[in-house]
Amino acid sequence: MTTTDARSTGRKPAQIVDMSWDPITRIIGNLGIYTKIDFANREVVECHSTSSLFRGYSVFMKGKDPRDAGFITSRICGICGDNHTTCSNYAQQMAYGVKPPKLAEHITNLGEAAEYMFDHTIFQDNLVFVDFCEAMVKATNPGVLARAERTDAPRGDIHGYRTIADIMKAFNPFEGEVYKEALKVSRVTREMFCLMEGRHVHPSTLYPGGVGTMPQPNTFTDYLSRLMRVIDFVKKAVAMNDDVFDFFYEALPGYEEVGKRRILLGCWGAWQNPDVVDYRYENMNRWGKAMYVTPGIVVDGKLVTNNLIDINLGLRVMLGSSFYEDWVNEDPFVTHDPLGNPVDMRHPWNQTTVPVPQKRDFDGNYSWVMSPRWYHPESGQHLALDTGGGPLARLWSTALSGLVDTPYVKATGNSVRISLPKGESLPETTLEWHIPKWSNTIERDRARPYFVAYAAAMALQFLEEAMGMLRDGDTKVFENFEVPDDAIGCGFHEAVRGVLSHHLVIRDKKIANYHPYPPTPWNASPRDIYGTPGPYEDAVQGQPIFEENGPDDFKGVDIMRTVRSFDPCLPCGVHMYMGKGKTLSTVHSPTYGANHG
Amino acid sequence: MTTQSGTTEVSGEPSRGEAREGIDEIHILWISEGMSCDGDTVSLTAADQPSIEDVVLGLIPGLPKVNLVNKVLSPSLGGEDFLAPYRAAARGELGPFILVIEGSIPNQNIIDGDGYWTSFGNDPETGEPQTLNHWIDELAPRAWAVVAAGTCATYGGIHAMAGNPTGCMGLADYLGWEFTSQAGLPVVNVPGCPIQPENFMETLIWVLQHAAGTAPPPPLDHMLRPQWLFGKTVHEGCDRGSYYEQADFGLDYNSPKCLVKTGCWGPVVNCNVPKRGWMAGIGGCPNVGGICIGCTMPGFPDAFMPFMDEPPGGTLSSMVIKPYGAVIRRLRGLTNDMVNHEPKWRHNKRKLTSGFDPRWRS
Repeated sequence: MTTTDARSTGRKPAQIVDMSWDPITRIIGNLGIYTKIDFANREVVECHSTSSLFRGYSVFMKGKDPRDAGFITSRICGICGDNHTTCSNYAQQMAYGVKPPKLAEHITNLGEAAEYMFDHTIFQDNLVFVDFCEAMVKATNPGVLARAERTDAPRGDIHGYRTIADIMKAFNPFEGEVYKEALKVSRVTREMFCLMEGRHVHPSTLYPGGVGTMPQPNTFTDYLSRLMRVIDFVKKAVAMNDDVFDFFYEALPGYEEVGKRRILLGCWGAWQNPDVVDYRYENMNRWGKAMYVTPGIVVDGKLVTNNLIDINLGLRVMLGSSFYEDWVNEDPFVTHDPLGNPVDMRHPWNQTTVPVPQKRDFDGNYSWVMSPRWYHPESGQHLALDTGGGPLARLWSTALSGLVDTPYVKATGNSVRISLPKGESLPETTLEWHIPKWSNTIERDRARPYFVAYAAAMALQFLEEAMGMLRDGDTKVFENFEVPDDAIGCGFHEAVRGVLSHHLVIRDKKIANYHPYPPTPWNASPRDIYGTPGPYEDAVQGQPIFEENGPDDFKGVDIMRTVRSFDPCLPCGVHMYMGKGKTLSTVHSPTYGANHG
Repeated sequence: MTTQSGTTEVSGEPSRGEAREGIDEIHILWISEGMSCDGDTVSLTAADQPSIEDVVLGLIPGLPKVNLVNKVLSPSLGGEDFLAPYRAAARGELGPFILVIEGSIPNQNIIDGDGYWTSFGNDPETGEPQTLNHWIDELAPRAWAVVAAGTCATYGGIHAMAGNPTGCMGLADYLGWEFTSQAGLPVVNVPGCPIQPENFMETLIWVLQHAAGTAPPPPLDHMLRPQWLFGKTVHEGCDRGSYYEQADFGLDYNSPKCLVKTGCWGPVVNCNVPKRGWMAGIGGCPNVGGICIGCTMPGFPDAFMPFMDEPPGGTLSSMVIKPYGAVIRRLRGLTNDMVNHEPKWRHNKRKLTSGFDPRWRS
């Protein structure tokens, strides 16, 4: 993130204090954030993110039956495990040359839609929003709270709260009205999930080749009735979030700088189109573009590619600050892709994971997360893409490509339009998400409730198509297959918090190599071999501090908002730490933190 | 102990706790920094019978006041602010508390030097990561009760499968199966990958009621599981179990019938999920079409792999039941056909033929 001109002039002598938060709360997994904060100039000058967990999936999956991969990899993540199972099955279907029946795709898509709705709701309303609730703002920015009490909420006619402070109160943990309702909504949406995938969070009905879910009318009507019960909550959530986030920009001028980084977004696409997908690598560009969330890489606001084959070939897993040995001297597993393109040694297909537990050293190796990067052929750079927490990259990529055109969701080239039907108290509503000016903390958070609406809208379409097939008597949900002796496969999907790819190599009917690349390694990666920081580090580094507290009772809420805006989920990836501030030194040359763009 | 097919008998005599002063306020210190996916914490938030917020807000009668400290749900900003109660407990200054561990316990002893597999906060003196093992060593002996949430913490689970690099294990393997907490309870194991939400809440509430002095200790079996939850097999509560009895097996996943031939281990797995559903009665693996992969079991996952092949015992048992099942199914078919006909006296003709005798009117 670059510091603005306004803040790089008139600087005071720096007063640098070490501040860290470890473990970070209200996320999934082990994350520590270690910063140096300049309290004189109120900005973060350095940030390291570290994960303190290694389990070794890539290690213990070697030699196992490849059909087990979906069941095993679900256990990577306790909030989006089904995304892994789905992605693993995509990769296996490529390797086995099997295409599931269309109805199986609809059922998988419905399960995933429910997962997005559940996961984003509980994360946004019960974890992220605690940082924006009345109790927190009172402790960090009492001036802002006083202003919120005087500010009318512009969208009160939709959500029913009179002032911005009333909305903030409704999010107070365990006591606020919306906080409690969100927990209930997260349960109803999980019931929807269980109707399709049997259980949550590690699904039991997803298989390579299809699903075991019995397509009966009640399977879909039970889902539909629950979806309609929460549809108004979804509309209100968008309105409440928009009100609070607009207010923050207004009440704290310059807040757009918080968590801002260069626009470097990646999205691998979600929800296969059953009429187009055949899981053949050769056709991956075509069926990738037919997905109901369009894959894409967005650099500086422009679409670099939406071709999954390019996306796949550009993947590079870097080391530099991680507790692993390099694998460059091992034999490669895959030298060329099925189209004859060369595959890099640093591609996940060729990766070998050799863990080396060691002392944490912020000048050396400090994390169990590796550093995935995307090689940008035009510039020759290894880009530290982020996922914008998931929704931001999904909406941005989909909007720019302008390919999604369904009864309920339309991409326009610069926005995404989402139509939701009438609910119990609110009429039919069309929401429009517009490409924002920045890739920053507020916009990552704002995108989340819009994507809940997106998922609800897509679910309606999948339901209609699935019911239509059922009424026509087309109820096949599983296609048999043989595991080949030798094969490779890759799956591309969107986990809730962003890009997810699984890379599989089969030899002698067994797993020879398996590497999943979930969103958190992308977002939470440490500095790579070139010294490029990962997205959390980059977004926090150089961000201004708006909190009114000084070093002694500093809470770090602005930093925490930034980290949480990425929706950290460390089991698949990381680790921030906060001791009492220890004053390090007073530095007179304010060189830190500038030009990290 | 075991009678047949994995069903355990509950002892006839309920255990009686010693009469004692009940506890009126208790902390739950939850650590998910085992090798976990946090799926058990997430699963806990799915429970609605009762919900975690009901417990925290004091809406369940007969419980002590509960202070829940859990990383995922904590309103704190993290770091030392969040760790304060754990540090106080380790100093012996906070009590009584229930320690909940989530995730497999790694073997730190196989690391030479300064590395670690998983940590939870840093040593305030040195700034080095504090391992999970350090925290367990500090907190378990001081805990009023110790609960293992999920199959990783109970028996090792996925991360402890063959070929794993971390040497991990379950909590009782680490503390010793003879371990007893301050209250004299063994480790309370609630397996499941993840925990079935209501199973966990019910167990937790039993422990809390025991703490309040309103209930005896929860009855556990030899694997330290709650007997009333894990005393029956998946098969014994399965929607599809009757297909098995009629030797009517699905041969691929398109079938609504018994899944034994396509990899289901239900007949030998201790778990109540098909009976109870996953949440609020919805879902439950084989009911919906998912094979049981034995995720609640000490032998998980290795004993059940490859998951999608028929269990070795299934071949024999399905062969044995075939002649009986085939005959029974046909006989039932005949009877079913018979009872699908209405009796012939239901008609709209001039004459009543129901057998009614009008003599009493004369």
